[in-house]
Amino acid sequence: MLHRFAKVVVGCTVLLVLAGSLVTSTDSGLSVPDWPTSYGWSMFTFPPSRWVGGILYEHGHRLIASTVGFLTIVLAAWLWVQDPRRWMKRLGFTALGAVIAQGVLGGLTVLFFLPAPVSTAHAGLAEIFFCLTVAIALFTSPRWIAGYSGEGDGSPYLTSRPVPAGVDDAMLRRMATTATVLIYIQILLGATMRHTGAGLAIPDFPLMFGHLVPPHWDGKIAIHFAHRAGALVVTLAILATSAHVWYQHAGRHELTRPASIIVALVAVQVALGAFTVLSRRDVWINSSHVVCGALVLTTSLVLTLRSWRVKFAGAPAAVRLKPDTTTVDAAATAHALRSVRLPATGARP
Amino acid sequence: MRLRNVWVGAFALALAATVAACGGKQETSSTSAEPPPGATKVDAATAGEVSGTVALDGAAPMNEPIKMNADPVCVTKNTTPQFQETYQVADGKLANVFVYIKDGLGNYIYDTPTEPATIDQMNCRYHPHVFGMRVNQPLQIINSDPTLHNIHALPKSNKEFNNGQPIQGMKMTHTWETKEVMVPFKCDVHGWMNAYVGVLDHPYFSVTSKDGKFDLKTVPPGTYTIEAWHEKLGAMTQSVTLGPKETKEITFTFKASGPAATD
Repeated sequence: MLHRFAKVVVGCTVLLVLAGSLVTSTDSGLSVPDWPTSYGWSMFTFPPSRWVGGILYEHGHRLIASTVGFLTIVLAAWLWVQDPRRWMKRLGFTALGAVIAQGVLGGLTVLFFLPAPVSTAHAGLAEIFFCLTVAIALFTSPRWIAGYSGEGDGSPYLTSRPVPAGVDDAMLRRMATTATVLIYIQILLGATMRHTGAGLAIPDFPLMFGHLVPPHWDGKIAIHFAHRAGALVVTLAILATSAHVWYQHAGRHELTRPASIIVALVAVQVALGAFTVLSRRDVWINSSHVVCGALVLTTSLVLTLRSWRVKFAGAPAAVRLKPDTTTVDAAATAHALRSVRLPATGARP
Repeated sequence: MRLRNVWVGAFALALAATVAACGGKQETSSTSAEPPPGATKVDAATAGEVSGTVALDGAAPMNEPIKMNADPVCVTKNTTPQFQETYQVADGKLANVFVYIKDGLGNYIYDTPTEPATIDQMNCRYHPHVFGMRVNQPLQIINSDPTLHNIHALPKSNKEFNNGQPIQGMKMTHTWETKEVMVPFKCDVHGWMNAYVGVLDHPYFSVTSKDGKFDLKTVPPGTYTIEAWHEKLGAMTQSVTLGPKETKEITFTFKASGPAATD
């Protein structure tokens, strides 16, 4: 149940990212000039009949954010009560702290008329919070707890043949971690571009003012160019990581699956980026580009965390997790218990 | 341990960005209420007048169509196709151009009007679209619509403000601390609503009417730089020398295509 609830929080956070991107894409960030109230009303009693124009996006974003905040409180409390792993309890409260800080940043950016650094920090923290929810959902999953090892580990696609215990590939860990960090930097560049009004500073695609490199420069063109160059770097990093997974760990579906998904997402993301420019920042294309970027980041995060799974080791405490053992079959539990490598090195479950 | 360091680092970055942004607010300089030493009032007996016309050379570009369907009230109030007010042209004459004395006035003092300038949000438009007022003169902002508006001023030298007026008939007053040409207004609820105000420390400004005419009255003798500003076509200046009791007629001609030139 806890894992399912964590997945619900992830789903709601995707909606929240979409709502936030729509606020910026429609230039509605200041359509509700006060915070935390809405035109003097409490956020929750502001009449729906008044959700007109830009208010629909800004107020909708606030309501979805409040819902996600409430769900995060429940998630943190649930982890505190039910999850025996101490670091998971802390992770739950880290997520709660992140969503509170995110709300405060959102309020500050309204009260200070959308200063680019605050708006960019708001966008950057949104991605961190999204990553936290995805990580919690991953860490509470039966397959993570079972260590992605052996037969019958709960995976629907690993039932017919034995698979060695968790992948221990230092190169993969380096590549995946690097890719995730690069994606996050790229998202920060994108957020800077959006919040400094540089989205169309280079108005053509794939060329730039008809050239491979812009023939003239200013601050906005430089930010826009950095985002395009970053896209190239990130794409190469992701392709290299995915290729490594396919060549070295073809039988490990917990790795090949996100490696395949992320390549598809990157292809969509590059296309959305191009169409954002070519459509002169169409609202839905632009917003989809933001959401897809978040999905690229979290898919890379999942791949990265799974590549690090062996370093977390397995521990009896993990598989005694009450709410989730209902979804782990007995064979998987027994196997996980057998294959546990206890934290002689200090590794945590 | 490493994971914890990553989270701590991320929060530190976000916090640093917030602090940097909050601490970076620019102070605006305010116009002193005290008259400068040696300043005198304009002698109406020797004052002259600068009047003229603003023309547009070439076919006026099409004004952008507006979709008001984001707010049913605005749709009800505007049953005909709606367009932006960017180019208001009749017989080659351009309206909504702000004309003012930019330079050359020297050391005069002027009474600050106590009558407020007014901007009204009516039928989901700002009325007027372009206007001028004085530093420290009250600006009355009215919402005459049965829907809510936010009035968001985006000055560079004065303080930015963004206030909600959710109820029909609401009024608020604002004063500007320093001169600024032009201060844009926008409504973030209704993205098509925009207006511009020129804030000056003297009374020599005018907005061209539908026939493109403007008039600057009671101007003391002297040599002035006069600027004509349009929201899309930019600004043009002319130098005018005015003798005692003289009236000068000048014409500004904007080109319909390309950036405006400065004389």
